[in-house]
Amino acid sequence: MSGHSTYTPKTGLTRWLDSRLPILRLAHDSFVDYPTPRNLNYFWTFGGILSLCLGVQIITGIVLAMNYTANAALAFNSVEHIMRDVNYGWLIRYAHANGASMFFIAVYVHMLRGLYYGSYKAPREVLWLLGCVIYLLMMATGFLGYVLPWGQMSFWGATVITNLFSALPLVGPSITTWLWGGFAVDNPTLNRFFSLHYLLPFVIAGVVVLHVWALHVVGQNNPTGVEPKSKADVLPFTPYATVKDGFAMSLFMIMFAVFVFYLPNSLGHADNYIPANPIVTPAHIVPEWYFLPFYAILRAVPDKLMGVLAMFGAIACFFALPWLDTSKVRSMRYRPTARLYFWLFVLSACVLGLCGARLPDDQVIPGLKTFTLIDSDPNSFVWLSRIAALYYFAYFLLITPILGLVEKTSPVPETIASPALNAKKA
Amino acid sequence: MSNLAVGATIDPGHASDDPSRRDFIHIAAIAAAAGGAASVAWPFIDQMNPAADTLALASVEFDLTKVMEGMQVTIKWRGKPLFIRNRSAAEIAAAQKDDNAPMKDPAKDADRVKAGKEQWLILIGTCTHLGCVPTFGGGDWGGWFCPCHGSQYDTAGRIRKGPAPLNLALPDYAFLSDTKVKIG
Ligand code: HEM
Ligand code: FES
Repeated sequence: MSGHSTYTPKTGLTRWLDSRLPILRLAHDSFVDYPTPRNLNYFWTFGGILSLCLGVQIITGIVLAMNYTANAALAFNSVEHIMRDVNYGWLIRYAHANGASMFFIAVYVHMLRGLYYGSYKAPREVLWLLGCVIYLLMMATGFLGYVLPWGQMSFWGATVITNLFSALPLVGPSITTWLWGGFAVDNPTLNRFFSLHYLLPFVIAGVVVLHVWALHVVGQNNPTGVEPKSKADVLPFTPYATVKDGFAMSLFMIMFAVFVFYLPNSLGHADNYIPANPIVTPAHIVPEWYFLPFYAILRAVPDKLMGVLAMFGAIACFFALPWLDTSKVRSMRYRPTARLYFWLFVLSACVLGLCGARLPDDQVIPGLKTFTLIDSDPNSFVWLSRIAALYYFAYFLLITPILGLVEKTSPVPETIASPALNAKKA
Repeated sequence: MSNLAVGATIDPGHASDDPSRRDFIHIAAIAAAAGGAASVAWPFIDQMNPAADTLALASVEFDLTKVMEGMQVTIKWRGKPLFIRNRSAAEIAAAQKDDNAPMKDPAKDADRVKAGKEQWLILIGTCTHLGCVPTFGGGDWGGWFCPCHGSQYDTAGRIRKGPAPLNLALPDYAFLSDTKVKIG
């Protein structure tokens, strides 16, 4: 924490509380008096937006649980009952379903912000790792939740994802049986998924506390990547960050509302309104949009175990990043070459997302017939995802370590305030 | 005395005690606690495994007269789809012709059916990749095509292309008569 507390309780009651449980002091030091770099841009508002998303998911989720039935024979109908019969059930369910997508939009912006401005570099490694743990937990929670309506996509998504573990040598089949509680995804699976889907958001909340604790130990990064050196470099959290965060949250909530009220099913898949059928797989199964890049990586590899390892490896890259980056300069604002590779990385992730939504053998350029390269037409989404996946891994494992040693960076300012002061002089 | 741990209580009467005695007590206590924790953890882990009623799976009997030549019936068995296919002569010939072709999971057609009942191919209908149900009639081998990630199986249910590592699995089954089969 930053230096001495400036909190002075003003009433008898707060003085009494402060000497017994200094919780108001903690809140004051963390969210009122806390010094934030003066040059934070709007990309720094996504941490607050993420906290808001978590709150929305927990509140809407608890209400849904009051009306939902976790039983393979009843689950689908109980969701329809929420949609048609429960007062405002449609609103609460649409808010929860679209809220998950909003959560992932926010976390991807938040993470790319970290990538661009080097927020994972020393001394923020633990902060970054905790963020990665939150991201993993979010993916687990999102996956578990999507199974609960027990539609066709729920069922087959659960089947495909749990079968990933069957790729492990020797123990694979016992692990999948253990996960299912049977010989296929069935009622026991649904019950445990519901239990865990209820639990994990509270685990996330716990890790967020650690994440914010770590943040308050090392302090926020900022667009220059230069650590604050004096009072001239910082502003108090309240009103500056609180108001800016509040404004950004309002804009974000407008976007959220557009989805909930006008496009409530646009991010989902129509097949999930068909009840689960264990003997018919839909012609085209796709996961939720936020998993598509990883799904594309899984399918890009023709071998089962290697595909699964590549998919988990793509996530593991984020964990390893603080130790892969060799650059002395933190922010890409002063790393013109790195910036280019960064945007190519964003592009590769988007291309992977597109590929994940298509059938592997579909043609990228319709009508163009070519030849067979190894196992498929180079003009197919499977080959496009292979190229994008290669770049994705190269970005983390080759470009980031090597570029930091060889690149030419532009001059980094002395302090956060100095570019502004120089501009004033000029 | 080099083993004077900080804060350790020294009993003056036993000042010359063998230091390994204290170490032993530490190790024994930790081992007992770890053993206790593991034995308490096991019931919590094992409750996730299939329950007794899930394991007590009834076998199914199936009347084969329902399946005409060149047709297939899919039934549910142990929560999974089961393909019961009455293969045409052309399907059998295609499968036998490829017996020595290079394959990921080599198998002879004869080993995937019961002798003298070559037309009956009975398979667990879950793709050995990630468990989707393949559809018949797709792919380059005239067998099954998996919509999920494009695995292709031939008319003996052997994996020929795509990410699946193994042939479609065979359940335990026996013919009770010419027209009746018992699975499981
Ligand atoms: C539920 C999810 C999350 C919540 C609620 C959350 C919350 C926050 C908050 C409130 C901040 C401070 C404000 C800000 O700088 O934006 C922050 C900072 C940060 N977060 Fe997260 N976060 C989440 C997920 C993640 C993930 C998945 C990562 C990375 C993989 C991550 C990495 C970081 C980093 C590196 C910082 C410090 C950034 C800086 O000051 O430059 N966070 N987070
Ligand atoms: S599940 Fe059949 S190819 Fe993946």
